Amino acid sequence: MQPSFQGYRRENGRVGVRNHVVILPLDDLSNAAAEAVANNIKGTMAMPHPYGRLQFGPDLDLHFRTLIGTGSNPNVAAVVVIGIEDQWTQRVVDGIAATGKPVAGFGIELHGDHDTIMRASKAAREFVQWASEKRREECALPELWVSTKCGESDTTSGCGSNPTVGNAFDKLYDAGATLVFGETSEITGGEKLLEARCRTPEVWQRFMFMFDRYQDMINRHKTSDLSESQPTKGNIAGGLTTIEEKALGNIQKIGKKCRVDGVLDKAEEPTGPGLWFMDSSSAAAEMVTLCAASGFVVHFFPTGQGNVIGNPILPVIKICANPRTVRTMSEHVDVDTSGLLQREITMDQAGDRLIDMMFRTANGRLTAAEALGHREFVLTRLYESA
Amino acid sequence: MIHCVLHDPDDGVAVVVVEGVKAGMTLTGLILDEDRTISLACRQDIPIGHKVALKDMSVGDTVYKYGVDIGKVVAPIAGEHAHVHNIKTKRW
Repeated sequence: MQPSFQGYRRENGRVGVRNHVVILPLDDLSNAAAEAVANNIKGTMAMPHPYGRLQFGPDLDLHFRTLIGTGSNPNVAAVVVIGIEDQWTQRVVDGIAATGKPVAGFGIELHGDHDTIMRASKAAREFVQWASEKRREECALPELWVSTKCGESDTTSGCGSNPTVGNAFDKLYDAGATLVFGETSEITGGEKLLEARCRTPEVWQRFMFMFDRYQDMINRHKTSDLSESQPTKGNIAGGLTTIEEKALGNIQKIGKKCRVDGVLDKAEEPTGPGLWFMDSSSAAAEMVTLCAASGFVVHFFPTGQGNVIGNPILPVIKICANPRTVRTMSEHVDVDTSGLLQREITMDQAGDRLIDMMFRTANGRLTAAEALGHREFVLTRLYESA
Repeated sequence: MIHCVLHDPDDGVAVVVVEGVKAGMTLTGLILDEDRTISLACRQDIPIGHKVALKDMSVGDTVYKYGVDIGKVVAPIAGEHAHVHNIKTKRW
């Protein structure tokens, strides 16, 4: 495997593979101003979202953790934060500033949109010109943080695209990379297999705490079943029958050898290299958004029926082994591993193809989702607003 | 051509991986864990991605795939299309 890639080294030592200047709204009310600034200042990007008002407790903590983590991600060079009020805006600014990167915050109250947009645009212009002079440099492979989550899975995911990710994860694990997987509800039926993969009994206990917490939530709200959400209508159309079958396919993504070294709550940052499990929704955009907020810079997304997801700051590499999907949705597929199911390529070769695409993506190649403008930024909510 | 794949040689179902699988065809199945093929008769049209049962199963039987329990039989299966109409989760 190549020992290095070309990345952007940030002030805190972390390495990114993109150089975004983000206009980040604190709340739904600030989307219009953020989008106006991004329209004024070319090369910046607004990340609108629908939340941030009257949240409280752990749900509010997760909101702040996700926004601060997103701004702190090394794929982001600099951030302009806009919020309706100053205090919570400053909280996000201070969180991102801990990385040492340029960040400025603007409150709308007592100013209005016009004045806020003008002041924020001046800061955004300075940031984007500063960022445009940043250059890629050679970075060691272990500095690359890689996340995975699958979507619109079908039965070909479990025998083709997911084990391709698993093969690549086994190799990246040995090379010292930082890796994460999650999708708590989609481990259902495969918990025992995961137990054997956890590094220590403590890691297994921490996983089971997260797993049981999620199952409790499902059991509180479920009707007779999961209302065609797990498996989804798309999964069932693709041939997946039960959650256990889906989960066993999901677990293929962590390969055959690598161990689960630690467990993260949603949007928590890993504290060292290895494979991490992150408690997370199995909804594609929510999970990928949480991966970005945890600091991951490249994402592996295997699909069967053809999920089209992207993320504003995290390049999402799509892997597909379903020949019909590869034929009908080719513009969404970065790595075609359908040859696996006809014995035309080996699993080892499929894994190497994905790793090759990972390096090309890290070095700057746009993914299909980036080229198509997929920027799904979806915040996970834990419960209603107050 | 490989028409369907299974993970473990003891799996009760195999996944159809090509389009156009019709009743009456003889299918070639690839056992992924052993990299060898088997041959089986197909009794129904089966869409790509859907499963064909490799043996007859009765209500209450456990269905194995990846060598692991993926649910229970809720309607008799006689070597046919195996999906939500005859298999259900044991959870939820």
